[in-house]
Amino acid sequence: MDSHSVVVSPHTGAPQGHAVEHHFEDADQQKDAATVGMWVFLVTEVMFFGGMFLAYFAYRQAYPAAFASASNKTVLLIGAVNTTVLICSSLTMALAVRSAALGKKNLIVLFLILTLLLGGTFLGVKAYEYHDKYVHHEIPGHNFDCEGCVDAAHTPLFFALYFGMTGLHAVHMIVGVGIILFLIVQARKGAYGPEWHTPVELFGLYWHFVDVVWIFLFPLFYLIDRSGAAK
Amino acid sequence: MGNHMAGHSAKANEPHIVPKRLYFAVFFALILLTWVTTGVSTIDLGRWNIFVALAIAICKASLVVLFFMHVWFSTRLTKMIVFAAIFWLLLLLFITMADLWTRGWMGVPGR
Repeated sequence: MDSHSVVVSPHTGAPQGHAVEHHFEDADQQKDAATVGMWVFLVTEVMFFGGMFLAYFAYRQAYPAAFASASNKTVLLIGAVNTTVLICSSLTMALAVRSAALGKKNLIVLFLILTLLLGGTFLGVKAYEYHDKYVHHEIPGHNFDCEGCVDAAHTPLFFALYFGMTGLHAVHMIVGVGIILFLIVQARKGAYGPEWHTPVELFGLYWHFVDVVWIFLFPLFYLIDRSGAAK
Repeated sequence: MGNHMAGHSAKANEPHIVPKRLYFAVFFALILLTWVTTGVSTIDLGRWNIFVALAIAICKASLVVLFFMHVWFSTRLTKMIVFAAIFWLLLLLFITMADLWTRGWMGVPGR
């Protein structure tokens, strides 16, 4: 995602894709470089979230009973529905990138708007869940009171990780929503076509990455220990 | 993943127009796996619950990375970067967890 403006044809005024910067041989090389750059950024994100996943596994290993009982405080059905919503948004994002590569301007806008709505739905459900946790005194702190939790001294750890990890994920979603709004505006102006749609494609990578993070958060906070088997 | 472009070449970056069919197939697989893993989580498999849940999550993540994120169709350089990210993440998780799991076994002082 860079700050370059769209090149407009001097004859028709129509956007002509994107100029190749002087330090690249051609458009292909420029796109290769952009894709690699985005992936390197995503590697840093893997490390960023990876530290939190490590904290989760370490504390779960240390206090299995506390984690098992606290896990049952999340609502399984809400988690599964929200996962479904996020997967739908990944599909619409993939279709938006495909439409851009095919130069179908209206479809880019449509699929980006659908992605925005699905992402917004996910965040709305998340907000509902957070509010539910607040009402039930399940936010770590002075008023923390986890009803029926085993090993109450260590259950706040579970909820701290729950809010930390889903919160960081939600922050990524909120940033994503902002970028989608920008992309929608640009796409409506006809900025993206078969020759150049790098921002749409790279944002697609970001959005799918955020989806992948949730794919792992879902089992950790909603699924394992659900059957009450873990001791 | 081997049969694709070794690196930069004239055709390597033709926009990957992946058939819509593929996206929908991946999508339905993801939805199916989500509800399978949700259902399985309510069945008592003892210590295997976590392994099943994580195995299904790894399958889902692989589908997203390979097809939605186009890694299957990417250059070798991109594939290597993705591989490196996963490899270093696994180092972080496994080395630390191996320490935590085994620390109590030998009566190490300080534990």
